[in-house]
Amino acid sequence: MDWVVFVVAGAAVLAGALGVILASHPVHAALMLVLTLFGIAVLFVAQQAHFLAAVQVIVYAGAIVVLFLFVIMLLGVDKSENVTTETLRGQRPIAYLAGLGVVAAIFLLARTTWVSGAQSVAGVADGPGSNVEKLASSLFTRYILAFEVTSVLLVIAVVGAVVLARHSPSGGVRDSEQA
Amino acid sequence: MSVPGAWYLGLAAMLFTIGGVGLLIRRNVLIMFMCVELMLNAVNLTFVTFARMLNDIGGQVVVFFVLVVAAAEVVVGLAIIVSIFRRRTEATADDISLLKG
Repeated sequence: MDWVVFVVAGAAVLAGALGVILASHPVHAALMLVLTLFGIAVLFVAQQAHFLAAVQVIVYAGAIVVLFLFVIMLLGVDKSENVTTETLRGQRPIAYLAGLGVVAAIFLLARTTWVSGAQSVAGVADGPGSNVEKLASSLFTRYILAFEVTSVLLVIAVVGAVVLARHSPSGGVRDSEQA
Repeated sequence: MSVPGAWYLGLAAMLFTIGGVGLLIRRNVLIMFMCVELMLNAVNLTFVTFARMLNDIGGQVVVFFVLVVAAAEVVVGLAIIVSIFRRRTEATADDISLLKG
């Protein structure tokens, strides 16, 4: 049963990822991204990370992909791109070779070097209590400072997005856009 | 029977590589951005797998923070893309080669 879930979700993840990089239309790529993100969420559930699976669906599939689609449609760049043209000669073969090299290097390293090291102080992943309880008790005690800093990060991101995307109130273009 | 963690790690490595190759071969900045998301997800899967293998909740805490940072990154990145595309209609990274142009 576990293997069935893993194979199906893993196939969805890889198919979605290939769809993202091979689709010529940005909207299709965004929808393929949803497939990958759902597959990852299923794999999270299969590894007892229930809270993260829910957050994955809500934040990634629910917010980030919608934001992508929103920008694609807002900008009107939803026209197909010719994915076979090369501006840099030999870029694609070199990219594929580099990808093969990376995956080969990872698998070779995984054969010689393997998981080791001491337990961290964050707490154990199994045992009594739900996954949410354990994650929360670690997050709100050990990592409370980092958790609070993320709120600052989110505020900065919102302010930055507003500043970057707004039109100048003096009607017309800003100085930086006149060049 | 539970799937060994090595299989998850192999899947995550392949997903990371697909994302990296996509970043190299695509010229549309929006799709390049999606490829970055693919790579982030591959690393998230690795962290969750190690959290299970080492019986340590710390990996899941890291994934939580990665999700927050990824959300912030997408917001700012898409705002930059929107402000670039106000002035240009082409959607390729080759046209955005100057910081001020």
